[in-house]
Amino acid sequence: MTLTESTDGDLGEAARTAVVDVADVVVRFAGDSGDGMQLTGGRFTQETARLGNDLATLPNFPAEIRAPQGTLAGVSSFQIHFAGRQVRTPGDSPDVLVAMNPAALRANVGDLRPGATVIVDSHDFTGRSLAKAGYATDPLDDGTLGHLDVQAVDMTALTVEAVRPFGLSRKDAARTKNMFALGLVSWMYGRPVDGTVAFVKQRFARTPELRDANVAALRAGWNYGETTEAFAVTYRVKPAATPPGTYRTITGNTALSYGLVAAGVRSGLTVFAGAYPITPASDILHELSKHKALGVTTVQAEDEIAAVGAALGASYGGALGVTTTSGPGLALKAETIGLAVMLELPLVVVDVQRGGPSTGLPTKTEQADLLQALHGRNGEAPVPVVAPRSPADCFDAALEAARIAVTYRTPVLLLSDGYLANGSEPWLLPATEALPVIDPAFADGPNDGVSFLPYLRDPGTLARPWAVPGTPGLEHRIGGLEKADRTGDISYDPANHDFMVRTRQAKVERIAASLPPLEVDDPSGDATVLVVGWGSTYGPIGGACQRLREEGWRVAHVHLRHLNPLPPGLGELLHRYDRVVVPEMNLGQLSRLLRAEHLIDARSVTSVRGLPFATEELAGELEHHLREACS
Amino acid sequence: MTTHAQQDLPFPGLAGVPEADAPQTRKDFASDQEVRWCPGCGDYAVLAAVQGFLPQLGLRKENIVFVSGIGCSSRFPYYLDTYGMHSIHGRAPAIATGLAVTRPDLSVWVVTGDGDALSIGGNHLVHALRRNVNVTILLFNNRVYGLTKGQYSPTSELGKVTKSTPFGSVDAPLDPVRLALGAEATFVARTIDSDRQHLTEVLTAAAAHRGAALVEILQNCPVFNDGAFDALKSKDSAADSIVRLVEGAPVRFGAPGEDGLGARAVVREPASGMLRVVDQVAADDEVVVHDPQDVATAFALAGMSASGAAAPTPVGIFRQVQRPTYDDLVREQSRQAGWGETDREAGLEDLLHGGDTWSVA
Repeated sequence: MTLTESTDGDLGEAARTAVVDVADVVVRFAGDSGDGMQLTGGRFTQETARLGNDLATLPNFPAEIRAPQGTLAGVSSFQIHFAGRQVRTPGDSPDVLVAMNPAALRANVGDLRPGATVIVDSHDFTGRSLAKAGYATDPLDDGTLGHLDVQAVDMTALTVEAVRPFGLSRKDAARTKNMFALGLVSWMYGRPVDGTVAFVKQRFARTPELRDANVAALRAGWNYGETTEAFAVTYRVKPAATPPGTYRTITGNTALSYGLVAAGVRSGLTVFAGAYPITPASDILHELSKHKALGVTTVQAEDEIAAVGAALGASYGGALGVTTTSGPGLALKAETIGLAVMLELPLVVVDVQRGGPSTGLPTKTEQADLLQALHGRNGEAPVPVVAPRSPADCFDAALEAARIAVTYRTPVLLLSDGYLANGSEPWLLPATEALPVIDPAFADGPNDGVSFLPYLRDPGTLARPWAVPGTPGLEHRIGGLEKADRTGDISYDPANHDFMVRTRQAKVERIAASLPPLEVDDPSGDATVLVVGWGSTYGPIGGACQRLREEGWRVAHVHLRHLNPLPPGLGELLHRYDRVVVPEMNLGQLSRLLRAEHLIDARSVTSVRGLPFATEELAGELEHHLREACS
Repeated sequence: MTTHAQQDLPFPGLAGVPEADAPQTRKDFASDQEVRWCPGCGDYAVLAAVQGFLPQLGLRKENIVFVSGIGCSSRFPYYLDTYGMHSIHGRAPAIATGLAVTRPDLSVWVVTGDGDALSIGGNHLVHALRRNVNVTILLFNNRVYGLTKGQYSPTSELGKVTKSTPFGSVDAPLDPVRLALGAEATFVARTIDSDRQHLTEVLTAAAAHRGAALVEILQNCPVFNDGAFDALKSKDSAADSIVRLVEGAPVRFGAPGEDGLGARAVVREPASGMLRVVDQVAADDEVVVHDPQDVATAFALAGMSASGAAAPTPVGIFRQVQRPTYDDLVREQSRQAGWGETDREAGLEDLLHGGDTWSVA
């Protein structure tokens, strides 16, 4: 939290407390998996977005649906960073932690800087609950939190009292305490709660007692802040200066889904999504399944292999075949993706990466599937790879993946990750008529005199014709066996195989010619160190570079959307700097690629903790490289 | 362009698929590719039967698609002048599902083998059948792996000596008919490569069926499992080895008795309800009358051949019932949601602007 100026209260008679202007704030809501922390965070996000703050969020929840109540394993949290200026990441360290039980406090307190505020529901700080969380003594009493501003409030008791008129069971009454917490924090930061009241009224329209209780709990939390003198100040975060237009907040999974819907609309193709449920990709299937009216068909297949198989079958029939998965699922789909390479049919494969190997960390983020995406198939099976860099960017990246797939008749891997999937940010809505148009350019007749050659290529793109069943006169057979050039007949000829392997590779390399020029963020224009990133590290790298520049360092940042083919001009760019540093949430997969492709001594900065880079930490790592490079 | 309507017999399974403008012949369906199965392979007979039978359907050939997996039989699509995809091992039913769901104007066929469909692709077969996707699946069962040169397959008998089981197989075999019945398949049949007439009859019924049709074709591999079905084919033994299931007919076989029907029969024990083969049918025997709607009896009939080498093998249509197909249901749900009537551009605009939005001036 950065203090900018202090003012006296000017919120009218409600503000007996002082109001302090702050530039940016990080709040983390933490509680049991069943405490509704994700919903609480989501509502606070909506309120914050409406005030015009820039923001970024980071949900963090266990893989278990309901881990034993009150244990560290069951703690779920939601962090939001909001500011009156550009926000790049969900923030390293919370300024305010809301902890709904002892386990939530214990699991998160280590992330707090001295002086941070902790709002604790003190209700469950009793023998058994403390022991479950691993506390030998009560941290609210034993002085261990002396470095923090602790506000112990018996939120459960206050909530139960506030909702007494509605006749709920004690358990149901206590469950509305998340609304109390939301009301209190909303008051602290001057967030309006009208939107949440409307949301609650709609959500509980059929159960008036729950509706009224949730609204009452929300107001009770707000009023607690306003009427007690426990909180000496409230904070004001001014709206950020953002380009004009209409905004909404959006998660990466939703944006990616919308991008696929848009790709269908802008190509005129049916979107067919075959998927098998897998964390953290399932929400894309959920979202797409709603949009039948917009030309989307979804099939929840029997397994990952069937999901991609059905998508490829649909592509063969002239739809935009899509399959969505995470790392373990991508491993299972490898053979079918290889078939798509051989058949040269459009296919979009979405991998929302999570911690691996094997089942790994299902709900945590990682970038460790890059090399799997690039090389995880038998034979020489080149596949274009596209990566979004922020939650809202998933929309554009999905459209780009579809453009490449359809134009070049190829499977494309779209590499999102768990952080992008569940994180959210404000999104300036695009004008739909300005979105790119994708031309399927189906084959409709002979392409070689009177005959049709299914593997006769477009000389520009090297793409083969997309001749779908039902087209008279173009009947032909395709398959996974090597194809003869032009005819597509089975061929075991050595020279033909050599030619076809090289041609499939060349086709993917041709995509580079359609890519926009690289944008390098180098404000001073004379940086000697270039930071290269891809995917969701965009925010942390941008934030770290900004911090370093504020300290006087000159550092450049380039972020790659296309990992295969790499964008034109990249090699020249890399060689222009004294040092190239590549931060990744893996053990250095892109840096290895850059070394191999461009003979550059790329330095790797890696983190595989299941969490995005912390800006401060990354800035420290980069500073080390800057010092070395300058000495 | 005319298309079959659902009520147009004899092929309600092909409703929505455009009809050919002119009569077709076998030659129209032969591709220019050289057929490369081993001499004497049972697959030749099936190919000839299919090429001979496709003209009867009267469909535009560009609206017919054969999708196969991996194995000798899966080369089938190359030899037909329709659209075709020779895909990867075991996955043809999954690929065909995506195609059938998105293209109601296609007649979609799957060609597979005992290894392809029952071993590596068992999962996809089961799910295509239980979903009742409108595809016709031809399962060539030669009870051996041919393309990999002679290992035992999931339908090989216990004790079978092959390259990978020099001491005899200890794997219990799987019966595709009973697997399909267990998966609630709506059309399940078995036929033999060498019986062109029966093959054609069964394929005709399978094509006419709307929904997933599984046809097991007992097929001889002359190189790695020659003579596997000789008992069913030899003039001396066929009458006692094959039970022809015909709807509404008593299940009788063997040399004709006094009434001209087979002297042997499948009868139901009055007390237990169990089925039993009798060698000489008696006047008071309750001979089973074949009813393709009766899945329990179909399952019991299919089980007869598993009871021992000497037991008879039923062929014909074990089960045929009507149930909505998966692809029809998917499309109906989309239609009700407004598919095809919604302005997609406007709908996209509404989608993006849905939820909580705010404006910055």
